[in-house]
Amino acid sequence: MEIKREPAALRVQSLNARQLLRGGDLEGANQSAHLEDTELERYVEERVLTTTLDKTVAWARSNSFFPLGFGLACCAMEQFHAAGPRMDIARFGFEVFRASPRQADLIIIAGRVSIKMAPIIRRLYDQMLEPKWAISMGACCSSMGVFNNYALVPADKFLPIDVHVPGCPPRPEALMHGVLKLRKLVQNDPDMGWRERYDAVGTEESPLDA
Amino acid sequence: MSPAPTPVDSPALSDYRRREQSIDLAPVGEQLVGLDHENETTEELLTLNFGPHHPATHGVLRLLVTLQGEVVRDLKPIIGYVHTGIEKTAEDKAYWKAIPIVERMDYLAYYFNAMAYVGAVEALVEVEVPTRAQYLRVIHLELNRIASHLIWLGTSALDLGASSIFLYCLRERELILDLFEMSSGARMHTRYFQVGGVIEDIPAGFARKLREFLKVMPERADEYGAILNANEIVLQRLRGTCPLDAETLLGLGVTGPLLRAAGNPWDLRKAAPYSSYEHFEFKIPVGTVGDNYDRFAVRLAEIYESVKIIEQALEGLPEGPHITEDRKVALPPRHELATSMEALIHHFKLVTEGFRVPPGEVYHPIESPRGELGCYVRSDGSSKPARVHMRDPSFVNLQALAPMCRGNYIADMIATTAMLDPILGGIDR
Amino acid sequence: MPDATGLELLARELGDAALETVYYRNRATVVVDPAQIRGVLRTLRARGYAFLASVHGVDHYPEEPRLGVVYELLDMSRVDRITVKLRVPTDAPTVESVTEDWPTADHQEREIYDMFGVVFEGHPDLRRILMPEDYEGHPQRRDFPIGGEPVIFTRDEAKWLEARE
Repeated sequence: MEIKREPAALRVQSLNARQLLRGGDLEGANQSAHLEDTELERYVEERVLTTTLDKTVAWARSNSFFPLGFGLACCAMEQFHAAGPRMDIARFGFEVFRASPRQADLIIIAGRVSIKMAPIIRRLYDQMLEPKWAISMGACCSSMGVFNNYALVPADKFLPIDVHVPGCPPRPEALMHGVLKLRKLVQNDPDMGWRERYDAVGTEESPLDA
Repeated sequence: MSPAPTPVDSPALSDYRRREQSIDLAPVGEQLVGLDHENETTEELLTLNFGPHHPATHGVLRLLVTLQGEVVRDLKPIIGYVHTGIEKTAEDKAYWKAIPIVERMDYLAYYFNAMAYVGAVEALVEVEVPTRAQYLRVIHLELNRIASHLIWLGTSALDLGASSIFLYCLRERELILDLFEMSSGARMHTRYFQVGGVIEDIPAGFARKLREFLKVMPERADEYGAILNANEIVLQRLRGTCPLDAETLLGLGVTGPLLRAAGNPWDLRKAAPYSSYEHFEFKIPVGTVGDNYDRFAVRLAEIYESVKIIEQALEGLPEGPHITEDRKVALPPRHELATSMEALIHHFKLVTEGFRVPPGEVYHPIESPRGELGCYVRSDGSSKPARVHMRDPSFVNLQALAPMCRGNYIADMIATTAMLDPILGGIDR
Repeated sequence: MPDATGLELLARELGDAALETVYYRNRATVVVDPAQIRGVLRTLRARGYAFLASVHGVDHYPEEPRLGVVYELLDMSRVDRITVKLRVPTDAPTVESVTEDWPTADHQEREIYDMFGVVFEGHPDLRRILMPEDYEGHPQRRDFPIGGEPVIFTRDEAKWLEARE
């Protein structure tokens, strides 16, 4: 392909949008082609990506979750494996496990939630910035799991959970399935109004607000 | 500072600035000026809370650290954030149904939890474990030891800043978990050990895959050693930091690699062998100084020794049953259920009620990757245990954290917590 | 383990502190008087059992005295283990703490206090260790309910929803 080096050729060609839409192409408007109605629509659809701002934002959010590095017990080991080399969570873009809840938007509660730990998890969830999601990984935090006793509380009781991942512990593939399901959920940009039942909308700004 | 502060009640000031300017720094200035360096207690001590959610605490461990500058003056661990009531739940289940409950205690050494419990029950019921089952148990226990040390190495290196080691260790651990999946169907918490033996014999192909792994593992361990031992930062953070002598450690009840790093070669696999460990030749790595570097080196060397044990166990694996023939304790093989009435009745009794154990109490200790893991089982004659207590090594070893860290820097405290290898599931049970 | 004769000789040495000896499945146990536990452990330490492996509690419900504390001692040079047990009733659950002689008993006695309610006199910091600080009750006692969430089956769902209203 020969590269034209004449100054005139290097000038940015400002094209009339109308010329493009009416069937012109980049090398010179073909004024004679006219497209109408459905042909025009199809022509535009093939060439221009239209979307609403909401959908774009939802797409961006869903592809870049920042998980909060929060592992409690055995499920945390499988969470490590999900971030490990074989079942790589980084190929979806989620490998940035943040240490601080203020920088994270996804909390993966991996492990058994004891009654001593529950208020702390709730506090962490409150400190996360909107929009935020929660995945309950494992049987112990989704329901009571193997241990149906005085010491545990299922995460559903104090925290709105978006996706429950069953397993004891769930394989890294199962965790990935859960995360991808959440991704699909977020892409469809759901209305999060149900979280008001938990009084969990908004972010806790300072410890004095609690 | 600002050139000419606006008066405090001026409307031009924001709330924040108003608060800032109304702070009187004079008393603090007097304190700082009047420091008495000989009597350090007049300086300000700061109590800082580490965790329970903190990237450097292994699991949900909360530490209340009293600092003077960057020097740790006192340390108080607060635990209980993952207390699951395992011992109470195990009282509610039949003896063999409590095995999955007890397995989930120390969640990196699940075979060891099962082994301690099953060993105690076998002592109570007085059932013989066939040699093939013992060798299979040893293979799985040592594989689990390597897996536990790999996670320890990965997360400790992550704490110290060497984050690529974490991914390398997970790569090897995937191989081990593949082997576990082959033999029992699950990667973690496999309930492979049963009272009287193991639940199933190893499948075809397991031996070949295990041999491949055994060829690869020492080379990889060499890699880790090469990377970390040549890393100036890791060496400076580990060498000479937070040593503790063997006497104090024994007083605190510490066993395992921590005690061996301080020079005491106490290892239950050699001292009081169980499950045919006496058939195998292996060495016990022992440190000299008892600082963090020795703890690291001892655990890394233990990986090689475990590989040796598995090789010997695999070579010498005898033929025979994989679980005891006593049908009152172990489930009969499924093909017998179609032909034998007794087998059916035994199966029914075992699954619904479980076997009854004569009243008595037993304490059965084994050597887990963190130290002496003991299981105390008290039976009252029924089919459910009356008390199951797991003497977890991390729970006792945690008491050594405070003496180790007093007088050292915070950064050393982080490195020491990593080298201590606490597993909160075992600590909190 | 000391064999049965060794156990009897040891018990004789402990004098009136030893209430009973049990030799079961090759393991030796001495049941002692709760008031003299420190002396007993000191004597055993002098005899070589210098490592306290474990201190844990048992609930002997419904036999009285109900609460038991078990000490597992280990002699590392001879690889010998011995168990020391004591029993206290629920209305007077005090035992002298051995933390001064054996620093390892610190957290372990706190756990027994938390789970069973045995009060250790002389313990430097007797607080709950596993349960929240303000928890009421001693969970591991046999008459403490196991708790937990009710498992809702589909056939009971309507009833349960009604009960919640």
